Amino acid sequence: MKKECQDCGADINVPDDALVGEIVTCPDCGADFEIASKAQNMVELKPAESVGEDWGQ
Amino acid sequence: MVELCILYDKVRFEEKSIYDRALKKGIKTRMTDAKSITISTDSKRKELALGDVILQRSISHFRGLYLTACIEFLGFSVINRFKVGETCGNKLLTSLTLAKHKVPTPKSYFAYSAGAAMEVINRTGFPVVLKPIVGSWGRGVYPLRDEEVANMIIEMREENDNPLGRIYYIQEMVQRPPRDLRCIVVGDEVIAAVYRYSAENEWRTNVARGGKAENAPITNELEEIAMRAARAVGGGVLGVDLMEDKQRGLLVHEINNTVEFRGASTVSSADIASAIIDYSVAVVKK
Repeated sequence: MKKECQDCGADINVPDDALVGEIVTCPDCGADFEIASKAQNMVELKPAESVGEDWGQ
Repeated sequence: MVELCILYDKVRFEEKSIYDRALKKGIKTRMTDAKSITISTDSKRKELALGDVILQRSISHFRGLYLTACIEFLGFSVINRFKVGETCGNKLLTSLTLAKHKVPTPKSYFAYSAGAAMEVINRTGFPVVLKPIVGSWGRGVYPLRDEEVANMIIEMREENDNPLGRIYYIQEMVQRPPRDLRCIVVGDEVIAAVYRYSAENEWRTNVARGGKAENAPITNELEEIAMRAARAVGGGVLGVDLMEDKQRGLLVHEINNTVEFRGASTVSSADIASAIIDYSVAVVKK
Protein backbone atom coordinates (compact mmCIF):
# COMPACT_ATOMS: atom_id res chain seq x y z
CA MET A 1 0.00 0.00 0.00
CA LYS A 2 1.34 3.45 -0.91
CA LYS A 3 1.03 6.52 1.25
CA GLU A 4 2.16 10.06 0.57
CA CYS A 5 4.98 11.40 2.74
CA GLN A 6 3.64 14.26 4.88
CA ASP A 7 7.00 16.01 4.63
CA CYS A 8 8.08 15.76 1.00
CA GLY A 9 5.20 14.18 -0.90
CA ALA A 10 7.10 11.09 -2.09
CA ASP A 11 5.43 7.66 -2.05
CA ILE A 12 6.04 5.58 1.07
CA ASN A 13 5.45 1.87 0.69
CA VAL A 14 3.56 0.37 3.65
CA PRO A 15 3.95 -3.43 3.58
CA ASP A 16 0.70 -5.40 3.73
CA ASP A 17 1.82 -7.28 6.84
CA ALA A 18 2.89 -4.13 8.75
CA LEU A 19 1.31 -3.67 12.17
CA VAL A 20 -0.05 -0.53 13.75
CA GLY A 21 2.82 0.97 15.73
CA GLU A 22 5.52 0.02 13.23
CA ILE A 23 7.70 2.74 11.77
CA VAL A 24 7.96 3.38 8.03
CA THR A 25 10.60 5.64 6.52
CA CYS A 26 10.23 7.88 3.48
CA PRO A 27 12.69 6.63 0.82
CA ASP A 28 13.25 10.17 -0.45
CA CYS A 29 13.59 12.45 2.59
CA GLY A 30 14.19 9.89 5.35
CA ALA A 31 11.37 11.10 7.61
CA ASP A 32 9.99 8.44 9.95
CA PHE A 33 6.28 7.84 10.40
CA GLU A 34 4.38 5.57 12.76
CA ILE A 35 1.46 3.58 11.39
CA ALA A 36 -1.42 5.10 13.38
CA SER A 37 -4.21 2.95 12.03
CA LYS A 38 -4.71 0.35 9.37
CA ALA A 39 -7.86 -1.11 7.85
CA GLN A 40 -8.40 -3.03 4.60
CA ASN A 41 -7.39 -0.35 2.11
CA MET A 42 -6.77 2.53 4.48
CA VAL A 43 -3.64 3.37 6.36
CA GLU A 44 -2.98 6.46 8.46
CA LEU A 45 0.51 7.68 9.34
CA LYS A 46 1.64 10.09 12.00
CA PRO A 47 5.11 11.58 12.60
CA ALA A 48 7.18 9.08 14.62
CA GLU A 49 8.69 10.07 17.96
CA SER A 50 12.37 10.91 17.73
CA VAL A 51 14.82 8.64 19.56
CA GLY A 52 14.81 9.52 23.26
CA GLU A 53 17.76 9.46 25.62
CA ASP A 54 16.05 6.66 27.56
CA TRP A 55 15.31 4.49 24.52
CA GLY A 56 16.61 0.98 24.39
CA GLN A 57 16.51 -2.21 26.31
CA MET B 1 -8.90 -18.31 27.99
CA VAL B 2 -5.91 -16.14 28.85
CA GLU B 3 -5.56 -12.87 26.94
CA LEU B 4 -2.08 -11.48 26.43
CA CYS B 5 -1.47 -7.76 26.01
CA ILE B 6 1.71 -6.42 24.42
CA LEU B 7 2.29 -2.82 25.47
CA TYR B 8 4.41 -1.00 22.92
CA ASP B 9 5.34 2.52 21.96
CA LYS B 10 7.18 1.52 18.79
CA VAL B 11 6.76 -1.89 17.22
CA ARG B 12 10.13 -3.53 16.67
CA PHE B 13 11.09 -6.97 15.40
CA GLU B 14 10.62 -8.36 18.94
CA GLU B 15 7.06 -7.13 19.49
CA LYS B 16 6.04 -8.25 16.03
CA SER B 17 7.49 -11.72 16.47
CA ILE B 18 5.86 -12.17 19.90
CA TYR B 19 2.50 -11.04 18.46
CA ASP B 20 2.72 -13.27 15.38
CA ARG B 21 3.86 -16.28 17.41
CA ALA B 22 1.07 -15.82 19.98
CA LEU B 23 -1.57 -15.72 17.25
CA LYS B 24 -0.09 -18.87 15.70
CA LYS B 25 -0.36 -20.55 19.12
CA GLY B 26 -4.04 -19.60 19.22
CA ILE B 27 -3.59 -17.20 22.13
CA LYS B 28 -5.86 -14.19 22.25
CA THR B 29 -3.45 -11.26 21.98
CA ARG B 30 -3.82 -7.53 21.75
CA MET B 31 -1.29 -4.83 20.92
CA THR B 32 -1.82 -1.65 22.93
CA ASP B 33 -0.04 1.64 22.37
CA ALA B 34 1.49 2.78 25.68
CA LYS B 35 1.29 6.37 24.42
CA SER B 36 -2.50 6.19 24.33
CA ILE B 37 -3.11 5.17 27.96
CA THR B 38 -4.16 7.50 30.77
CA ILE B 39 -4.71 6.41 34.36
CA SER B 40 -5.88 8.23 37.49
CA THR B 41 -5.87 7.46 41.18
CA ASP B 42 -9.57 6.60 40.78
CA SER B 43 -9.05 4.25 37.83
CA LYS B 44 -10.30 0.69 38.15
CA ARG B 45 -8.86 -2.37 36.48
CA LYS B 46 -12.08 -3.14 34.62
CA GLU B 47 -11.95 0.26 32.88
CA LEU B 48 -8.82 -0.74 30.98
CA ALA B 49 -8.92 -3.45 28.35
CA LEU B 50 -5.45 -4.84 28.91
CA GLY B 51 -6.15 -8.55 29.00
CA ASP B 52 -4.96 -10.87 31.79
CA VAL B 53 -1.22 -10.43 31.55
CA ILE B 54 0.77 -7.58 30.13
CA LEU B 55 4.15 -7.70 28.44
CA GLN B 56 5.67 -4.27 28.95
CA ARG B 57 7.66 -3.67 25.77
CA SER B 58 7.97 0.12 25.63
CA ILE B 59 11.22 1.25 24.05
CA SER B 60 11.25 4.34 26.30
CA HIS B 61 12.57 3.21 29.68
CA PHE B 62 10.79 5.81 31.80
CA ARG B 63 7.50 5.51 29.93
CA GLY B 64 7.55 1.75 30.41
CA LEU B 65 8.62 1.99 34.03
CA TYR B 66 6.02 4.48 35.24
CA LEU B 67 3.24 2.99 33.17
CA THR B 68 4.09 -0.34 34.80
CA ALA B 69 3.77 1.32 38.23
CA CYS B 70 0.29 2.52 37.27
CA ILE B 71 -0.98 -0.74 35.84
CA GLU B 72 0.40 -2.72 38.76
CA PHE B 73 -1.50 -0.27 40.97
CA LEU B 74 -4.66 -1.41 39.16
CA GLY B 75 -3.82 -5.04 39.93
CA PHE B 76 -2.56 -6.23 36.55
CA SER B 77 0.28 -8.75 36.23
CA VAL B 78 3.07 -7.09 34.30
CA ILE B 79 6.20 -8.69 32.86
CA ASN B 80 8.55 -7.41 34.03
CA ARG B 81 7.44 -6.02 37.38
CA PHE B 82 8.10 -2.38 38.28
CA LYS B 83 10.80 -3.25 40.78
CA VAL B 84 12.67 -5.33 38.20
CA GLY B 85 12.48 -2.51 35.64
CA GLU B 86 13.62 0.04 38.17
CA THR B 87 16.70 -2.00 39.07
CA CYS B 88 17.64 -3.13 35.57
CA GLY B 89 17.08 0.27 33.98
CA ASN B 90 19.68 1.77 36.29
CA LYS B 91 23.25 0.51 36.14
CA LEU B 92 24.06 1.77 39.63
CA LEU B 93 21.12 -0.09 41.22
CA THR B 94 21.94 -3.17 39.14
CA SER B 95 25.57 -3.20 40.32
CA LEU B 96 24.54 -2.80 43.95
CA THR B 97 21.96 -5.58 43.64
CA LEU B 98 24.42 -7.96 41.98
CA ALA B 99 27.07 -7.24 44.61
CA LYS B 100 24.55 -7.68 47.43
CA HIS B 101 23.64 -11.12 46.06
CA LYS B 102 27.30 -12.01 45.50
CA VAL B 103 26.90 -12.38 41.74
CA PRO B 104 30.34 -11.86 40.11
CA THR B 105 30.34 -8.38 38.59
CA PRO B 106 33.01 -5.86 37.49
CA LYS B 107 34.28 -3.55 40.20
CA SER B 108 32.32 -0.31 39.93
CA TYR B 109 32.68 3.03 41.69
CA PHE B 110 30.07 5.69 42.25
CA ALA B 111 30.87 9.38 42.67
CA TYR B 112 28.59 12.36 43.11
CA SER B 113 30.63 15.29 41.83
CA ALA B 114 33.10 15.89 39.03
CA GLY B 115 35.94 16.32 41.54
CA ALA B 116 35.16 13.08 43.32
CA ALA B 117 34.86 11.27 39.98
CA MET B 118 38.34 12.46 38.91
CA GLU B 119 39.72 11.47 42.29
CA VAL B 120 38.36 7.93 41.86
CA ILE B 121 39.73 7.72 38.31
CA ASN B 122 43.19 8.93 39.34
CA ARG B 123 43.22 6.52 42.26
CA THR B 124 42.22 3.46 40.20
CA GLY B 125 44.40 4.40 37.23
CA PHE B 126 43.73 4.16 33.51
CA PRO B 127 41.99 2.75 31.58
CA VAL B 128 38.54 2.87 33.19
CA VAL B 129 35.04 2.96 31.75
CA LEU B 130 32.55 5.75 32.38
CA LYS B 131 28.90 4.82 31.92
CA PRO B 132 25.64 6.75 32.24
CA ILE B 133 23.51 5.20 34.99
CA VAL B 134 20.47 5.19 32.68
CA GLY B 135 20.90 4.49 28.99
CA SER B 136 21.05 1.74 26.42
CA TRP B 137 22.61 0.62 23.19
CA GLY B 138 26.03 1.61 24.52
CA ARG B 139 25.26 5.33 24.35
CA GLY B 140 27.53 7.44 26.52
CA VAL B 141 29.71 4.46 27.47
CA TYR B 142 33.27 5.73 27.15
CA PRO B 143 36.64 4.10 27.76
CA LEU B 144 38.84 6.68 29.53
CA ARG B 145 42.45 6.00 28.66
CA ASP B 146 44.20 9.12 29.96
CA GLU B 147 43.62 12.08 32.25
CA GLU B 148 43.10 14.62 29.49
CA VAL B 149 40.23 12.68 27.91
CA ALA B 150 38.76 11.89 31.33
CA ASN B 151 38.71 15.60 32.21
CA MET B 152 37.03 16.48 28.92
CA ILE B 153 34.31 13.86 29.20
CA ILE B 154 33.56 14.74 32.82
CA GLU B 155 33.41 18.42 31.91
CA MET B 156 30.90 17.58 29.18
CA ARG B 157 28.81 15.65 31.67
CA GLU B 158 28.89 18.58 34.10
CA GLU B 159 27.66 20.97 31.42
CA ASN B 160 24.80 18.71 30.40
CA ASP B 161 21.35 19.57 31.75
CA ASN B 162 20.57 15.98 32.73
CA PRO B 163 20.94 15.70 36.53
CA LEU B 164 21.55 11.94 36.21
CA GLY B 165 24.63 12.86 34.16
CA ARG B 166 26.22 14.19 37.33
CA ILE B 167 26.03 10.82 39.03
CA TYR B 168 29.28 9.19 37.99
CA TYR B 169 29.43 5.44 37.42
CA ILE B 170 33.01 4.36 36.86
CA GLN B 171 33.90 0.75 36.13
CA GLU B 172 37.13 -1.15 35.86
CA MET B 173 38.09 -2.03 32.28
CA VAL B 174 37.65 -5.79 32.26
CA GLN B 175 40.35 -7.71 30.38
CA ARG B 176 38.08 -9.60 28.02
CA PRO B 177 38.16 -10.95 24.47
CA PRO B 178 36.55 -8.59 21.90
CA ARG B 179 33.14 -10.00 22.68
CA ASP B 180 30.61 -10.38 25.47
CA LEU B 181 27.76 -12.79 26.14
CA ARG B 182 24.04 -12.11 26.04
CA CYS B 183 21.81 -14.67 27.79
CA ILE B 184 18.08 -14.56 27.27
CA VAL B 185 16.50 -15.66 30.53
CA VAL B 186 12.81 -16.51 30.60
CA GLY B 187 11.52 -17.46 34.04
CA ASP B 188 13.70 -20.25 35.40
CA GLU B 189 15.54 -21.00 32.18
CA VAL B 190 18.31 -19.64 29.99
CA ILE B 191 16.61 -19.91 26.59
CA ALA B 192 19.49 -18.74 24.41
CA ALA B 193 23.03 -17.45 24.70
CA VAL B 194 24.97 -15.56 22.08
CA TYR B 195 28.41 -14.02 21.81
CA ARG B 196 28.34 -10.44 20.64
CA TYR B 197 31.48 -9.36 18.79
CA SER B 198 32.21 -5.67 18.49
CA ALA B 199 32.25 -4.14 15.02
CA GLU B 200 35.47 -2.94 13.42
CA ASN B 201 36.86 0.23 15.03
CA GLU B 202 34.31 -0.13 17.82
CA TRP B 203 35.02 -1.22 21.34
CA ARG B 204 31.43 -1.74 22.49
CA THR B 205 29.72 -5.02 21.57
CA ASN B 206 26.12 -3.78 21.32
CA VAL B 207 24.25 -5.05 18.26
CA ALA B 208 22.91 -1.48 18.04
CA ARG B 209 26.57 -0.45 17.46
CA GLY B 210 27.05 -2.94 14.64
CA GLY B 211 28.07 -5.84 16.90
CA LYS B 212 27.67 -9.31 15.40
CA ALA B 213 25.99 -12.19 17.18
CA GLU B 214 27.16 -15.81 17.19
CA ASN B 215 25.52 -18.73 18.97
CA ALA B 216 27.17 -19.58 22.31
CA PRO B 217 26.95 -22.86 24.24
CA ILE B 218 24.92 -22.64 27.45
CA THR B 219 27.51 -24.10 29.81
CA ASN B 220 26.69 -25.00 33.42
CA GLU B 221 28.75 -22.04 34.65
CA LEU B 222 26.97 -19.63 32.32
CA GLU B 223 23.54 -20.93 33.25
CA GLU B 224 24.29 -20.81 36.97
CA ILE B 225 25.58 -17.22 36.93
CA ALA B 226 22.91 -15.92 34.53
CA MET B 227 20.14 -17.43 36.65
CA ARG B 228 21.63 -16.07 39.88
CA ALA B 229 21.77 -12.62 38.29
CA ALA B 230 18.21 -12.84 36.99
CA ARG B 231 16.89 -13.95 40.38
CA ALA B 232 18.84 -11.22 42.17
CA VAL B 233 16.93 -8.51 40.28
CA GLY B 234 13.57 -10.23 40.72
CA GLY B 235 13.31 -12.47 37.65
CA GLY B 236 11.11 -12.42 34.56
CA VAL B 237 12.09 -12.01 30.92
CA LEU B 238 15.60 -10.62 30.95
CA GLY B 239 18.75 -10.19 28.92
CA VAL B 240 21.75 -10.91 31.13
CA ASP B 241 25.02 -9.56 29.71
CA LEU B 242 28.31 -11.05 30.82
CA MET B 243 31.99 -10.54 30.10
CA GLU B 244 34.69 -13.21 30.17
CA ASP B 245 37.44 -11.97 32.46
CA LYS B 246 40.75 -13.71 31.85
CA GLN B 247 41.34 -14.38 35.57
CA ARG B 248 37.95 -14.34 37.27
CA GLY B 249 35.76 -16.01 34.64
CA LEU B 250 32.28 -14.75 33.93
CA LEU B 251 31.20 -11.35 35.26
CA VAL B 252 27.67 -9.97 34.89
CA HIS B 253 27.77 -6.31 33.90
CA GLU B 254 24.22 -5.53 32.88
CA ILE B 255 20.69 -6.91 32.90
CA ASN B 256 18.20 -5.75 30.31
CA ASN B 257 14.58 -5.37 31.29
CA THR B 258 13.01 -5.03 27.82
CA VAL B 259 15.33 -7.44 26.13
CA GLU B 260 15.96 -7.15 22.40
CA PHE B 261 16.61 -10.51 20.79
CA ARG B 262 16.75 -9.88 17.06
CA GLY B 263 20.48 -10.59 16.98
CA ALA B 264 20.10 -13.71 19.14
CA SER B 265 17.18 -15.08 17.14
CA THR B 266 19.14 -15.04 13.89
CA VAL B 267 21.88 -17.30 15.28
CA SER B 268 20.13 -19.35 17.96
CA SER B 269 17.74 -22.18 17.19
CA ALA B 270 15.69 -21.35 20.30
CA ASP B 271 12.17 -20.03 19.80
CA ILE B 272 12.56 -17.02 22.08
CA ALA B 273 9.18 -15.45 21.31
CA SER B 274 7.43 -18.72 22.05
CA ALA B 275 9.21 -19.12 25.40
CA ILE B 276 8.20 -15.57 26.41
CA ILE B 277 4.56 -16.28 25.52
CA ASP B 278 4.47 -19.60 27.42
CA TYR B 279 5.99 -17.93 30.48
CA SER B 280 3.47 -15.05 30.32
CA VAL B 281 0.51 -17.41 30.10
CA ALA B 282 1.88 -19.48 32.99
CA VAL B 283 2.14 -16.32 35.16
CA VAL B 284 -1.65 -15.88 34.89
CA LYS B 285 -2.37 -19.49 35.68
CA LYS B 286 -0.22 -19.47 38.82
